[in-house]
Amino acid sequence: MNKVSAKRAKFDHVSLTFDTPKGKLNVVEDVSYEISDGDFIAVIGPSGCGKTTMMSMLAGFQKPTTGSVLFDGAPVKGPGPERGVIFQEYGVFPWLTVKQNIAFGLNLKANRVAASEREAICDHYLELMGLSDFANAYPKHLSGGMRQRLAIARAYAVKPQFLLMDEPFGALDAQTRANMQNLLLKVLATEGKTVMLITHSVEEAIYLASRIVVVTARPARIKEIIEVPFAYPRDESIQERPEFAELRSHIRDLVMNEYRAQQAQMRPASFSE
Amino acid sequence: MNGSVARRFLLGLAPWVGAVLLWYAVRWSGFVNESLIPAPHQVASKFVELLLRENLLLDIYASTRRVFFGVILGITAAVPVGFLLGWYRPARTLADPMINFFRALPPIALIPLVIVYFGVDEVAKLVILFYASFFSGVIVMYEGVSQITPLYIRVSKTLGASEFEIFRKVIIPLTVPHILTALRVALGVAWATLVASELIAAQRGLGAMIQNASTYFLLDVIYVGIICIGCIALIMDLILRKISARLLVWQERAVA
Repeated sequence: MNKVSAKRAKFDHVSLTFDTPKGKLNVVEDVSYEISDGDFIAVIGPSGCGKTTMMSMLAGFQKPTTGSVLFDGAPVKGPGPERGVIFQEYGVFPWLTVKQNIAFGLNLKANRVAASEREAICDHYLELMGLSDFANAYPKHLSGGMRQRLAIARAYAVKPQFLLMDEPFGALDAQTRANMQNLLLKVLATEGKTVMLITHSVEEAIYLASRIVVVTARPARIKEIIEVPFAYPRDESIQERPEFAELRSHIRDLVMNEYRAQQAQMRPASFSE
Repeated sequence: MNGSVARRFLLGLAPWVGAVLLWYAVRWSGFVNESLIPAPHQVASKFVELLLRENLLLDIYASTRRVFFGVILGITAAVPVGFLLGWYRPARTLADPMINFFRALPPIALIPLVIVYFGVDEVAKLVILFYASFFSGVIVMYEGVSQITPLYIRVSKTLGASEFEIFRKVIIPLTVPHILTALRVALGVAWATLVASELIAAQRGLGAMIQNASTYFLLDVIYVGIICIGCIALIMDLILRKISARLLVWQERAVA
């Protein structure tokens, strides 16, 4: 992955408060960081801390209460095809076949392509994600891992330069998860995208990301930003390295401390992310 | 494969055979006056007689046509209205109490008013059936539409879909199952209301036939009428289910 210093996304003193029946709930508090072109940012923190909310603001589903979220220099106004989002719940369209799901974005006015090109793109991602044999199947016939691959293929097909991934592999078994992580690295190596990944897995963050943003228990503030010292392309062997273990225990400590802090201050209003 | 088809057929047939046997049993048990229960074979021969001499087909046609158009008109109106109510919360707050008010009124209670305002011809019957199917359909539609997962809309927005594209490519496909359910519910209600609607000076129609037969205590004719209504309703429902199965192959079902 080539490091270009162009800034793609910027959180500028971002705070977000929800109004709840029990009063105001601070979810994100004074968060500032930048994501450059080619970065792979992993955001990690205890569950329920507001990291998904952070991503949601960059995706354009939520507006910050104060501060601003910028993409390519302009405040984010709403969702758009230049920021691909991969949701935790996949969100594959059950009424479309696998291939029609991938083609969905390509048939929209915002990114319409010629029929032949659409076919080529669909075939490419069917092949890449190992879904060729299921091109005409409906999602009900797919396993969880395949649905997630389909969601990724669909997001990639419209060629977003920026990918937002919300615990994309969270619901998968360990084996599938490892495969998906390797597949993601492989795709990124050939297509070079900027990624913001929300995860609660320390290993996943270190294995995939170039930079890790550790956030505190709610309200989410930045605890520490850590550069991951491994160069791309990466393979599973880095997980055996002593630096990996060191980094892992460091981040784990940070997250565990925050988790305990969260348990201690657990208020009745518990928000799922 | 063939064996399972035959098994399902027999399984479907069994309750009917059982019902006919029970019918005979009740008749011959001596608990009920035999003249009050025509035997199944008597009803069957009455059916043939009506078919050949009294033009039963014309009654079937008249009733089926009324139900068909009543339901089509009712659902055509219920789909957009139910959609608006399900989609826009203010619309629901505005209209919900009123819809529930009218839904609670039995169509039969409205017959005198319908006669006053629409007369006694075909239009009056259509109005009753329209009323019955509209209010049963609108509830199904708005409950269904309000349950559409926002996730699919978010996903399509991140892929760059415009409002119109979201409507056409996401909302409509997700609404189809609810339209089909609304149609099925409305069909059931419309057949139930048919007899009432044909109380209004109908010349022909199964409801009218039953109505006339009751005046002369022709129990076998009443039975023929009732069974015809049941059979036609069953056939229409079967057709709708076939259509649903074809349109909704993508749906996950608990039972295959």
